[in-house]
Amino acid sequence: MNYEAVIGLEVHIQIKTHSKVFTRVGAGYGHEPNTLTDPVVLALPGTLPVMNKAALDAIIKAGLLLGCEIAAVCKWDRKQYFYPDSPKNYQISQYDQPICIGGFVEIELPGSARNVMGEHKNIPLTRIHLEEDVGKLNHHVIDSLVDYNRAGTPLMEIVSDPAMHTAEEAFAYLTSIRNTMIYGGISDCDMEKGQLRCDANISIRPVGETKLGTKVELKNLNSISFVRDGIAHEIKRQLAVVAAGGKLIQETRDYDGQTGTSQSLRSKEMAHDYRYFPDPDLMPVHVDVAWKNSLRDTCPELPFDKQRRFLSEYAVPYTITSVLIPERKLGDFFEAAAKLAGPGRAQAVGNWIANDFLRELGAGKIALAAAKITPAHLAALVQLVDAGTLLNAAAKEVFAEMFATGEAPAAIVARLGLTASATDAGELETWCRDAIAANPKALTEFKAGKDSAINAFKGPIMKAAKGKANPKLVDEALRRLLASL
Amino acid sequence: MSHPADLNIDRIAELSRLALTPEEKARFSAQLGSVLGHIEQLAKVDVAGVEPTAHAFPLHNVWAIDVAQPGLAVADALRNAPSQRDNMIVVPKVVE
Repeated sequence: MNYEAVIGLEVHIQIKTHSKVFTRVGAGYGHEPNTLTDPVVLALPGTLPVMNKAALDAIIKAGLLLGCEIAAVCKWDRKQYFYPDSPKNYQISQYDQPICIGGFVEIELPGSARNVMGEHKNIPLTRIHLEEDVGKLNHHVIDSLVDYNRAGTPLMEIVSDPAMHTAEEAFAYLTSIRNTMIYGGISDCDMEKGQLRCDANISIRPVGETKLGTKVELKNLNSISFVRDGIAHEIKRQLAVVAAGGKLIQETRDYDGQTGTSQSLRSKEMAHDYRYFPDPDLMPVHVDVAWKNSLRDTCPELPFDKQRRFLSEYAVPYTITSVLIPERKLGDFFEAAAKLAGPGRAQAVGNWIANDFLRELGAGKIALAAAKITPAHLAALVQLVDAGTLLNAAAKEVFAEMFATGEAPAAIVARLGLTASATDAGELETWCRDAIAANPKALTEFKAGKDSAINAFKGPIMKAAKGKANPKLVDEALRRLLASL
Repeated sequence: MSHPADLNIDRIAELSRLALTPEEKARFSAQLGSVLGHIEQLAKVDVAGVEPTAHAFPLHNVWAIDVAQPGLAVADALRNAPSQRDNMIVVPKVVE
Protein backbone atom coordinates (compact mmCIF):
# COMPACT_ATOMS: atom_id res chain seq x y z
CA MET A 1 0.00 0.00 0.00
CA ASN A 2 1.19 3.53 -0.74
CA TYR A 3 1.24 5.98 2.12
CA GLU A 4 1.40 9.75 2.23
CA ALA A 5 2.58 11.91 5.11
CA VAL A 6 0.45 14.73 6.51
CA ILE A 7 2.26 17.53 8.31
CA GLY A 8 0.98 20.48 10.29
CA LEU A 9 3.33 22.98 11.92
CA GLU A 10 2.94 25.07 15.04
CA VAL A 11 5.38 27.93 14.79
CA HIS A 12 6.05 30.15 17.78
CA ILE A 13 7.57 33.54 17.03
CA GLN A 14 8.63 36.10 19.61
CA ILE A 15 7.42 39.58 18.74
CA LYS A 16 10.12 42.24 18.90
CA THR A 17 8.84 44.73 21.49
CA HIS A 18 10.59 46.85 24.10
CA SER A 19 8.49 45.59 26.98
CA LYS A 20 6.63 42.39 27.77
CA VAL A 21 3.17 41.55 26.53
CA PHE A 22 1.23 42.12 29.76
CA THR A 23 3.60 44.30 31.79
CA ARG A 24 6.17 46.98 31.04
CA VAL A 25 9.42 45.51 32.28
CA GLY A 26 11.92 45.21 29.40
CA ALA A 27 11.95 42.20 27.08
CA GLY A 28 15.08 40.89 25.39
CA TYR A 29 17.58 38.11 24.86
CA GLY A 30 21.01 37.61 26.38
CA HIS A 31 20.53 39.46 29.67
CA GLU A 32 21.82 38.21 33.03
CA PRO A 33 19.39 35.69 34.56
CA ASN A 34 16.29 37.10 36.26
CA THR A 35 17.08 40.74 35.47
CA LEU A 36 13.92 41.19 33.35
CA THR A 37 11.27 40.47 35.95
CA ASP A 38 8.71 42.49 37.84
CA PRO A 39 5.81 41.60 40.15
CA VAL A 40 3.54 40.75 37.18
CA VAL A 41 6.11 38.43 35.58
CA LEU A 42 6.62 36.66 38.90
CA ALA A 43 2.85 36.50 39.52
CA LEU A 44 3.13 38.11 42.93
CA PRO A 45 -0.23 38.47 44.67
CA GLY A 46 -2.31 41.47 43.71
CA THR A 47 -0.67 42.16 40.35
CA LEU A 48 -2.69 42.77 37.21
CA PRO A 49 -1.68 42.38 33.56
CA VAL A 50 -1.97 45.28 31.09
CA MET A 51 -1.79 44.64 27.35
CA ASN A 52 1.05 45.93 25.22
CA LYS A 53 -0.37 47.89 22.26
CA ALA A 54 2.74 47.29 20.14
CA ALA A 55 2.38 43.51 20.46
CA LEU A 56 -1.21 43.75 19.22
CA ASP A 57 -0.14 45.97 16.31
CA ALA A 58 2.56 43.45 15.41
CA ILE A 59 0.33 40.39 15.38
CA ILE A 60 -2.37 42.16 13.37
CA LYS A 61 0.31 43.19 10.87
CA ALA A 62 1.56 39.59 10.77
CA GLY A 63 -2.00 38.47 10.06
CA LEU A 64 -2.39 41.00 7.26
CA LEU A 65 0.91 39.91 5.70
CA LEU A 66 -0.30 36.30 5.71
CA GLY A 67 -3.77 37.06 4.36
CA CYS A 68 -5.63 36.26 7.58
CA GLU A 69 -9.02 37.55 8.55
CA ILE A 70 -8.54 39.81 11.57
CA ALA A 71 -11.20 39.07 14.18
CA ALA A 72 -13.39 42.03 15.06
CA VAL A 73 -13.34 40.85 18.68
CA CYS A 74 -10.87 38.60 20.44
CA LYS A 75 -10.23 37.78 24.07
CA TRP A 76 -7.72 36.26 26.47
CA ASP A 77 -7.85 32.90 28.15
CA ARG A 78 -5.91 31.18 30.87
CA LYS A 79 -4.30 27.89 29.96
CA GLN A 80 -3.70 26.08 33.23
CA TYR A 81 -0.64 23.97 33.67
CA PHE A 82 1.84 23.32 36.40
CA TYR A 83 5.47 23.59 35.49
CA PRO A 84 8.24 25.73 36.97
CA ASP A 85 8.65 27.76 33.76
CA SER A 86 5.34 29.47 34.52
CA PRO A 87 5.18 31.33 37.84
CA LYS A 88 1.42 31.85 37.58
CA ASN A 89 0.59 28.19 36.95
CA TYR A 90 -1.21 29.36 33.86
CA GLN A 91 -0.25 30.95 30.60
CA ILE A 92 -2.28 33.82 29.14
CA SER A 93 -3.21 32.75 25.64
CA GLN A 94 -6.13 32.82 23.25
CA TYR A 95 -8.32 29.76 23.06
CA ASP A 96 -11.57 29.99 21.11
CA GLN A 97 -11.31 33.57 19.83
CA PRO A 98 -7.85 34.08 18.29
CA ILE A 99 -6.95 37.42 16.78
CA CYS A 100 -6.10 36.11 13.27
CA ILE A 101 -8.14 33.49 11.44
CA GLY A 102 -7.27 31.57 8.26
CA GLY A 103 -4.71 33.00 5.86
CA PHE A 104 -1.93 31.26 3.97
CA VAL A 105 1.81 31.10 3.51
CA GLU A 106 3.20 31.14 -0.02
CA ILE A 107 6.10 28.72 -0.34
CA GLU A 108 8.64 27.88 -3.00
CA LEU A 109 9.80 24.30 -3.39
CA PRO A 110 13.32 23.52 -4.63
CA GLY A 111 13.67 23.97 -8.41
CA SER A 112 15.17 21.38 -10.77
CA ALA A 113 18.49 23.24 -10.49
CA ARG A 114 19.89 26.02 -8.36
CA ASN A 115 19.21 28.59 -11.06
CA VAL A 116 15.64 27.48 -11.75
CA MET A 117 12.67 28.78 -9.79
CA GLY A 118 10.79 26.00 -8.07
CA GLU A 119 7.07 25.39 -7.84
CA HIS A 120 5.09 27.83 -5.69
CA LYS A 121 2.06 26.91 -3.62
CA ASN A 122 0.00 28.29 -0.77
CA ILE A 123 -0.15 26.46 2.56
CA PRO A 124 -3.39 27.33 4.37
CA LEU A 125 -3.29 28.54 7.97
CA THR A 126 -5.76 27.68 10.71
CA ARG A 127 -5.09 30.64 12.97
CA ILE A 128 -2.57 32.92 14.64
CA HIS A 129 -2.95 33.84 18.27
CA LEU A 130 -1.02 35.87 20.81
CA GLU A 131 0.22 34.53 24.12
CA GLU A 132 2.99 35.04 26.62
CA ASP A 133 6.25 33.15 26.48
CA VAL A 134 7.33 31.19 29.54
CA GLY A 135 10.57 31.19 31.52
CA LYS A 136 13.61 29.16 30.60
CA LEU A 137 14.68 26.04 32.45
CA ASN A 138 18.32 25.08 32.57
CA HIS A 139 18.61 21.40 33.31
CA HIS A 140 21.43 20.11 35.46
CA VAL A 141 22.31 16.71 36.85
CA ILE A 142 20.24 16.80 40.01
CA ASP A 143 18.10 19.92 39.63
CA SER A 144 16.90 22.58 37.22
CA LEU A 145 17.49 26.34 37.34
CA VAL A 146 14.79 28.80 36.33
CA ASP A 147 15.37 32.11 34.57
CA TYR A 148 12.22 34.22 34.15
CA ASN A 149 13.69 36.76 31.73
CA ARG A 150 11.82 35.18 28.83
CA ALA A 151 8.55 34.84 30.75
CA GLY A 152 5.97 37.28 29.44
CA THR A 153 7.69 37.99 26.11
CA PRO A 154 5.00 38.43 23.45
CA LEU A 155 4.76 35.21 21.51
CA MET A 156 2.58 34.49 18.53
CA GLU A 157 1.66 31.00 17.51
CA ILE A 158 1.07 30.40 13.82
CA VAL A 159 -0.86 27.18 13.28
CA SER A 160 -0.99 25.66 9.82
CA ASP A 161 -3.64 23.32 8.54
CA PRO A 162 -2.42 19.72 8.25
CA ALA A 163 -1.69 20.49 4.63
CA MET A 164 1.95 19.69 4.00
CA HIS A 165 3.19 16.34 2.78
CA THR A 166 6.97 16.46 2.65
CA ALA A 167 9.85 17.66 4.77
CA GLU A 168 10.81 19.99 1.90
CA GLU A 169 7.43 21.70 2.09
CA ALA A 170 7.82 22.21 5.83
CA PHE A 171 11.29 23.66 5.26
CA ALA A 172 9.98 26.02 2.58
CA TYR A 173 7.05 26.99 4.81
CA LEU A 174 9.30 27.96 7.71
CA THR A 175 11.70 29.81 5.43
CA SER A 176 8.83 31.81 3.95
CA ILE A 177 7.33 32.66 7.35
CA ARG A 178 10.72 33.73 8.64
CA ASN A 179 11.42 35.94 5.61
CA THR A 180 7.97 37.50 5.86
CA MET A 181 8.20 38.25 9.58
CA ILE A 182 11.67 39.75 9.18
CA TYR A 183 10.38 41.89 6.28
CA GLY A 184 7.52 43.10 8.43
CA GLY A 185 9.87 44.01 11.30
CA ILE A 186 7.77 41.76 13.52
CA SER A 187 10.57 39.52 14.73
CA ASP A 188 14.22 38.79 14.00
CA CYS A 189 13.28 35.08 13.94
CA ASP A 190 16.71 33.97 15.18
CA MET A 191 16.21 30.30 16.02
CA GLU A 192 19.42 30.18 18.05
CA LYS A 193 17.92 32.81 20.35
CA GLY A 194 14.60 30.99 20.51
CA GLN A 195 12.85 33.78 18.62
CA LEU A 196 11.38 31.23 16.24
CA ARG A 197 10.49 27.73 17.45
CA CYS A 198 8.68 24.96 15.68
CA ASP A 199 6.73 21.85 16.63
CA ALA A 200 5.57 19.49 13.92
CA ASN A 201 2.53 17.20 13.92
CA ILE A 202 3.17 14.30 11.62
CA SER A 203 1.03 11.36 10.60
CA ILE A 204 0.82 8.99 7.67
CA ARG A 205 -2.21 7.54 5.88
CA PRO A 206 -2.89 5.40 2.85
CA VAL A 207 -3.01 7.52 -0.31
CA GLY A 208 -6.64 8.35 -1.01
CA GLU A 209 -7.66 8.22 2.66
CA THR A 210 -9.09 11.52 3.89
CA LYS A 211 -9.08 10.82 7.61
CA LEU A 212 -5.90 11.74 9.48
CA GLY A 213 -3.75 8.98 10.90
CA THR A 214 -2.36 8.79 14.44
CA LYS A 215 -0.26 11.88 14.91
CA VAL A 216 3.14 12.21 16.48
CA GLU A 217 4.27 15.59 17.74
CA LEU A 218 7.92 16.33 17.12
CA LYS A 219 9.52 18.83 19.45
CA ASN A 220 12.83 20.63 19.89
CA LEU A 221 13.37 21.29 16.22
CA ASN A 222 15.76 24.15 16.83
CA SER A 223 17.00 25.00 13.36
CA ILE A 224 15.21 25.11 10.02
CA SER A 225 17.43 22.30 8.74
CA PHE A 226 16.62 20.20 11.80
CA VAL A 227 12.92 20.73 11.05
CA ARG A 228 13.44 19.28 7.60
CA ASP A 229 15.66 16.44 8.80
CA GLY A 230 13.47 15.68 11.82
CA ILE A 231 10.30 15.45 9.74
CA ALA A 232 11.97 13.31 7.07
CA HIS A 233 13.25 11.03 9.82
CA GLU A 234 9.84 10.79 11.50
CA ILE A 235 8.03 9.97 8.24
CA LYS A 236 10.54 7.20 7.60
CA ARG A 237 10.13 5.91 11.15
CA GLN A 238 6.34 5.79 10.87
CA LEU A 239 6.46 4.05 7.49
CA ALA A 240 8.83 1.47 8.97
CA VAL A 241 6.55 0.82 11.95
CA VAL A 242 3.57 0.25 9.67
CA ALA A 243 5.58 -1.84 7.19
CA ALA A 244 6.63 -4.12 10.06
CA GLY A 245 2.99 -4.64 10.93
CA GLY A 246 3.18 -2.38 14.00
CA LYS A 247 0.77 0.24 15.21
CA LEU A 248 1.60 3.90 15.70
CA ILE A 249 0.83 5.48 19.04
CA GLN A 250 0.02 9.11 19.67
CA GLU A 251 3.06 10.54 21.40
CA THR A 252 5.48 13.41 21.63
CA ARG A 253 8.96 12.72 20.34
CA ASP A 254 12.14 14.67 20.77
CA TYR A 255 14.36 14.99 17.71
CA ASP A 256 18.09 15.29 18.23
CA GLY A 257 19.53 17.08 15.22
CA GLN A 258 23.09 16.21 16.17
CA THR A 259 22.54 12.44 16.07
CA GLY A 260 19.58 12.41 13.66
CA THR A 261 17.53 10.25 16.04
CA SER A 262 14.33 10.75 18.01
CA GLN A 263 12.98 9.38 21.26
CA SER A 264 9.59 9.31 22.88
CA LEU A 265 9.03 12.01 25.50
CA ARG A 266 5.58 11.13 26.76
CA SER A 267 2.55 9.45 25.36
CA LYS A 268 -0.55 11.54 24.94
CA GLU A 269 -2.59 9.21 27.14
CA MET A 270 -1.63 11.52 30.01
CA ALA A 271 -2.89 14.41 27.88
CA HIS A 272 -3.21 17.66 29.78
CA ASP A 273 -6.54 19.13 30.51
CA TYR A 274 -5.64 22.78 30.32
CA ARG A 275 -9.01 23.93 31.69
CA TYR A 276 -9.06 27.06 29.59
CA PHE A 277 -11.27 29.86 30.84
CA PRO A 278 -11.49 33.57 30.02
CA ASP A 279 -8.95 35.71 31.84
CA PRO A 280 -10.96 38.01 34.10
CA ASP A 281 -8.06 40.48 34.41
CA LEU A 282 -7.87 41.36 30.72
CA MET A 283 -10.51 43.06 28.63
CA PRO A 284 -11.28 41.90 25.09
CA VAL A 285 -9.71 43.53 22.05
CA HIS A 286 -11.88 45.11 19.38
CA VAL A 287 -10.18 45.72 16.03
CA ASP A 288 -11.92 48.21 13.77
CA VAL A 289 -11.31 48.94 10.09
CA ALA A 290 -9.37 52.14 10.79
CA TRP A 291 -6.88 50.33 13.03
CA LYS A 292 -6.49 47.54 10.49
CA ASN A 293 -5.97 49.99 7.64
CA SER A 294 -3.38 51.98 9.53
CA LEU A 295 -1.39 48.75 9.94
CA ARG A 296 -1.96 47.70 6.36
CA ASP A 297 -0.25 50.94 5.35
CA THR A 298 2.89 49.79 7.18
CA CYS A 299 2.99 46.37 5.45
CA PRO A 300 5.98 45.94 3.14
CA GLU A 301 5.86 44.22 -0.24
CA LEU A 302 6.06 40.49 0.45
CA PRO A 303 9.34 38.73 -0.40
CA PHE A 304 7.94 36.61 -3.24
CA ASP A 305 6.11 39.62 -4.73
CA LYS A 306 9.35 41.57 -4.65
CA GLN A 307 11.18 38.68 -6.30
CA ARG A 308 8.64 38.47 -9.12
CA ARG A 309 8.94 42.23 -9.61
CA PHE A 310 12.75 42.12 -9.72
CA LEU A 311 12.59 39.35 -12.31
CA SER A 312 10.22 41.27 -14.56
CA GLU A 313 11.18 44.90 -13.92
CA TYR A 314 14.95 44.54 -13.77
CA ALA A 315 15.38 41.32 -15.78
CA VAL A 316 17.90 39.97 -13.27
CA PRO A 317 18.48 36.20 -13.24
CA TYR A 318 16.57 34.09 -10.72
CA THR A 319 19.79 33.08 -8.95
CA ILE A 320 20.57 36.72 -8.22
CA THR A 321 17.07 37.46 -6.97
CA SER A 322 17.18 34.50 -4.61
CA VAL A 323 20.29 36.04 -3.05
CA LEU A 324 18.79 39.54 -2.88
CA ILE A 325 15.34 38.72 -1.58
CA PRO A 326 15.76 37.03 1.82
CA GLU A 327 17.33 40.15 3.34
CA ARG A 328 14.96 43.04 2.81
CA LYS A 329 17.64 45.73 3.09
CA LEU A 330 19.80 43.96 0.53
CA GLY A 331 16.89 43.97 -1.93
CA ASP A 332 16.36 47.67 -1.18
CA PHE A 333 20.06 48.34 -1.74
CA PHE A 334 19.91 46.56 -5.09
CA GLU A 335 16.82 48.41 -6.20
CA ALA A 336 18.23 51.80 -5.25
CA ALA A 337 21.51 51.08 -7.08
CA ALA A 338 19.77 49.57 -10.12
CA LYS A 339 17.55 52.65 -10.48
CA LEU A 340 20.55 54.98 -10.27
CA ALA A 341 22.64 52.88 -12.65
CA GLY A 342 19.98 53.16 -15.33
CA PRO A 343 18.30 50.79 -17.80
CA GLY A 344 20.18 47.66 -18.81
CA ARG A 345 22.60 47.80 -15.92
CA ALA A 346 20.57 46.04 -13.22
CA GLN A 347 22.16 42.66 -13.83
CA ALA A 348 25.64 44.11 -13.38
CA VAL A 349 24.48 45.75 -10.15
CA GLY A 350 23.03 42.41 -9.00
CA ASN A 351 26.26 40.60 -9.85
CA TRP A 352 28.36 43.03 -7.86
CA ILE A 353 26.07 42.61 -4.85
CA ALA A 354 25.65 38.84 -5.03
CA ASN A 355 29.34 38.17 -5.61
CA ASP A 356 31.72 40.89 -4.45
CA PHE A 357 29.64 42.82 -1.95
CA LEU A 358 28.32 39.83 0.00
CA ARG A 359 31.75 38.20 -0.06
CA GLU A 360 33.39 41.30 1.43
CA LEU A 361 30.63 41.72 4.02
CA GLY A 362 30.98 38.07 5.00
CA ALA A 363 34.77 38.15 5.13
CA GLY A 364 34.78 41.24 7.34
CA LYS A 365 31.72 40.08 9.34
CA ILE A 366 30.17 43.46 8.58
CA ALA A 367 26.44 44.11 8.71
CA LEU A 368 24.89 45.58 5.59
CA ALA A 369 23.81 48.65 7.57
CA ALA A 370 27.44 49.29 8.54
CA ALA A 371 28.82 48.95 5.01
CA LYS A 372 30.55 52.01 3.58
CA ILE A 373 29.46 51.43 0.00
CA THR A 374 26.31 53.30 -0.98
CA PRO A 375 23.89 52.37 -3.78
CA ALA A 376 24.99 55.56 -5.58
CA HIS A 377 28.65 54.48 -5.50
CA LEU A 378 27.85 51.02 -6.81
CA ALA A 379 25.70 52.50 -9.57
CA ALA A 380 28.54 54.85 -10.53
CA LEU A 381 30.99 51.96 -10.67
CA VAL A 382 28.71 49.98 -12.97
CA GLN A 383 28.36 53.03 -15.22
CA LEU A 384 32.15 53.49 -15.42
CA VAL A 385 32.59 49.88 -16.51
CA ASP A 386 29.72 50.12 -18.95
CA ALA A 387 31.14 53.28 -20.52
CA GLY A 388 34.46 51.53 -21.03
CA THR A 389 36.28 53.93 -18.74
CA LEU A 390 37.13 51.10 -16.39
CA LEU A 391 38.21 47.56 -17.26
CA ASN A 392 36.87 44.64 -15.27
CA ALA A 393 40.09 43.87 -13.47
CA ALA A 394 40.53 47.51 -12.49
CA ALA A 395 36.88 47.69 -11.43
CA LYS A 396 37.50 44.92 -8.90
CA GLU A 397 40.30 46.99 -7.46
CA VAL A 398 38.07 50.06 -7.31
CA PHE A 399 35.35 48.02 -5.61
CA ALA A 400 37.76 46.84 -2.92
CA GLU A 401 38.78 50.46 -2.30
CA MET A 402 35.16 51.61 -2.21
CA PHE A 403 34.39 48.91 0.31
CA ALA A 404 37.32 49.86 2.50
CA THR A 405 37.05 53.65 2.34
CA GLY A 406 33.54 54.58 1.19
CA GLU A 407 35.05 56.88 -1.46
CA ALA A 408 33.19 57.51 -4.71
CA PRO A 409 34.51 55.32 -7.55
CA ALA A 410 35.50 58.24 -9.81
CA ALA A 411 37.75 59.61 -7.06
CA ILE A 412 39.37 56.20 -6.59
CA VAL A 413 39.90 55.76 -10.32
CA ALA A 414 41.62 59.16 -10.47
CA ARG A 415 43.69 58.56 -7.33
CA LEU A 416 44.93 55.15 -8.45
CA GLY A 417 45.24 56.07 -12.13
CA LEU A 418 43.07 53.14 -13.19
CA THR A 419 41.37 54.68 -16.23
CA ALA A 420 41.49 52.25 -19.13
CA SER A 421 44.35 53.37 -21.30
CA ALA A 422 42.90 55.66 -23.87
CA THR A 423 44.03 53.42 -26.67
CA ASP A 424 45.30 55.32 -29.63
CA ALA A 425 42.63 54.87 -32.28
CA GLY A 426 45.19 54.42 -35.03
CA GLU A 427 47.13 51.82 -33.06
CA LEU A 428 43.93 49.92 -32.27
CA GLU A 429 42.94 49.91 -35.91
CA THR A 430 46.33 48.50 -36.89
CA TRP A 431 45.97 45.67 -34.35
CA CYS A 432 42.49 44.93 -35.68
CA ARG A 433 43.62 44.83 -39.31
CA ASP A 434 46.55 42.56 -38.39
CA ALA A 435 44.28 40.21 -36.48
CA ILE A 436 41.77 39.98 -39.34
CA ALA A 437 44.47 39.45 -41.90
CA ALA A 438 45.98 36.66 -39.81
CA ASN A 439 42.74 34.70 -39.63
CA PRO A 440 40.99 34.46 -43.03
CA LYS A 441 38.96 31.46 -41.85
CA ALA A 442 37.28 33.46 -39.09
CA LEU A 443 36.72 36.29 -41.54
CA THR A 444 34.90 33.96 -43.96
CA GLU A 445 32.79 32.55 -41.16
CA PHE A 446 31.90 35.99 -39.87
CA LYS A 447 30.94 37.15 -43.34
CA ALA A 448 28.80 34.01 -43.68
CA GLY A 449 26.82 35.19 -40.66
CA LYS A 450 28.51 33.46 -37.76
CA ASP A 451 28.66 36.37 -35.32
CA SER A 452 30.69 34.55 -32.68
CA ALA A 453 33.57 34.22 -35.16
CA ILE A 454 34.48 37.79 -34.21
CA ASN A 455 35.87 36.51 -30.92
CA ALA A 456 38.68 34.75 -32.73
CA PHE A 457 40.21 38.16 -33.57
CA LYS A 458 40.05 39.51 -30.05
CA GLY A 459 42.70 37.30 -28.43
CA PRO A 460 45.55 38.50 -30.68
CA ILE A 461 44.41 42.13 -30.29
CA MET A 462 44.40 41.91 -26.51
CA LYS A 463 47.81 40.30 -26.67
CA ALA A 464 49.12 43.14 -28.81
CA ALA A 465 47.58 45.63 -26.38
CA LYS A 466 49.10 43.76 -23.44
CA GLY A 467 45.61 43.33 -21.99
CA LYS A 468 45.02 47.03 -21.60
CA ALA A 469 42.60 47.55 -24.46
CA ASN A 470 39.00 48.31 -23.68
CA PRO A 471 37.02 45.27 -24.85
CA LYS A 472 34.08 47.37 -25.80
CA LEU A 473 36.16 49.66 -28.05
CA VAL A 474 37.89 46.62 -29.57
CA ASP A 475 34.54 45.11 -30.44
CA GLU A 476 33.33 48.34 -31.97
CA ALA A 477 36.50 48.85 -34.01
CA LEU A 478 36.41 45.24 -35.27
CA ARG A 479 32.80 45.48 -36.36
CA ARG A 480 33.42 48.74 -38.15
CA LEU A 481 36.35 47.24 -40.05
CA LEU A 482 34.62 43.95 -40.81
CA ALA A 483 31.61 45.79 -42.18
CA SER A 484 33.84 47.69 -44.58
CA LEU A 485 35.63 44.57 -45.85
CA MET B 1 -23.26 18.49 51.25
CA SER B 2 -21.85 15.70 49.10
CA HIS B 3 -18.95 16.78 46.89
CA PRO B 4 -18.97 16.50 43.10
CA ALA B 5 -17.70 13.20 41.80
CA ASP B 6 -14.83 14.70 39.80
CA LEU B 7 -13.15 16.26 42.83
CA ASN B 8 -9.79 14.43 42.94
CA ILE B 9 -8.21 15.43 46.23
CA ASP B 10 -5.02 13.44 45.53
CA ARG B 11 -4.39 15.33 42.30
CA ILE B 12 -5.17 18.70 43.90
CA ALA B 13 -2.79 17.95 46.78
CA GLU B 14 -0.09 16.91 44.31
CA LEU B 15 -0.48 20.09 42.26
CA SER B 16 -0.45 22.19 45.43
CA ARG B 17 2.70 20.40 46.64
CA LEU B 18 0.88 19.52 49.87
CA ALA B 19 1.45 16.23 51.70
CA LEU B 20 -1.96 15.49 53.24
CA THR B 21 -2.83 12.81 55.79
CA PRO B 22 -5.85 10.62 55.08
CA GLU B 23 -7.78 12.56 57.72
CA GLU B 24 -6.88 15.88 56.08
CA LYS B 25 -7.84 14.53 52.69
CA ALA B 26 -11.24 13.58 53.99
CA ARG B 27 -11.71 16.94 55.70
CA PHE B 28 -10.55 19.04 52.74
CA SER B 29 -12.54 16.93 50.29
CA ALA B 30 -15.67 17.73 52.24
CA GLN B 31 -14.79 21.43 52.49
CA LEU B 32 -13.82 21.84 48.81
CA GLY B 33 -16.85 19.78 47.84
CA SER B 34 -19.07 22.11 49.73
CA VAL B 35 -17.54 25.14 47.98
CA LEU B 36 -18.01 23.50 44.58
CA GLY B 37 -21.53 22.48 45.49
CA HIS B 38 -22.28 26.07 46.37
CA ILE B 39 -20.96 27.25 43.02
CA GLU B 40 -22.94 24.56 41.22
CA GLN B 41 -26.11 26.37 42.14
CA LEU B 42 -25.26 28.58 39.16
CA ALA B 43 -26.06 25.65 36.90
CA LYS B 44 -29.71 26.08 37.84
CA VAL B 45 -29.91 29.54 36.25
CA ASP B 46 -31.73 29.55 32.92
CA VAL B 47 -29.31 31.12 30.44
CA ALA B 48 -31.14 30.17 27.25
CA GLY B 49 -30.85 33.04 24.81
CA VAL B 50 -28.11 34.83 26.77
CA GLU B 51 -24.95 35.48 24.79
CA PRO B 52 -21.81 34.20 26.59
CA THR B 53 -19.46 36.89 27.83
CA ALA B 54 -16.15 36.85 29.63
CA HIS B 55 -16.70 40.16 31.38
CA ALA B 56 -19.49 42.03 33.10
CA PHE B 57 -18.30 45.46 31.95
CA PRO B 58 -18.43 46.74 28.37
CA LEU B 59 -14.78 47.78 28.39
CA HIS B 60 -12.30 46.86 25.68
CA ASN B 61 -8.89 47.86 24.30
CA VAL B 62 -7.35 48.63 27.66
CA TRP B 63 -3.63 48.80 27.00
CA ALA B 64 -0.36 50.67 27.56
CA ILE B 65 2.16 51.88 25.03
CA ASP B 66 5.33 49.85 24.63
CA VAL B 67 7.90 51.66 26.74
CA ALA B 68 10.18 49.53 28.90
CA GLN B 69 10.30 50.32 32.60
CA PRO B 70 12.85 49.13 35.14
CA GLY B 71 11.95 45.85 36.83
CA LEU B 72 12.94 44.18 40.05
CA ALA B 73 16.52 43.86 41.24
CA VAL B 74 17.65 40.23 41.03
CA ALA B 75 17.92 39.94 44.81
CA ASP B 76 14.32 41.10 45.17
CA ALA B 77 13.10 38.85 42.39
CA LEU B 78 14.63 35.83 44.11
CA ARG B 79 13.71 36.72 47.66
CA ASN B 80 10.87 34.19 47.87
CA ALA B 81 12.84 31.37 46.28
CA PRO B 82 13.41 28.49 48.72
CA SER B 83 16.68 27.78 46.96
CA GLN B 84 18.76 29.69 44.46
CA ARG B 85 22.00 29.35 42.53
CA ASP B 86 23.68 31.52 39.87
CA ASN B 87 20.87 34.07 40.26
CA MET B 88 18.32 31.47 39.27
CA ILE B 89 15.65 29.62 41.21
CA VAL B 90 16.50 26.01 41.93
CA VAL B 91 13.68 23.55 41.34
CA PRO B 92 13.60 19.76 41.43
CA LYS B 93 14.79 18.22 38.23
CA VAL B 94 11.91 18.29 35.77
CA VAL B 95 13.21 16.12 32.93
CA GLU B 96 14.97 12.78 33.01
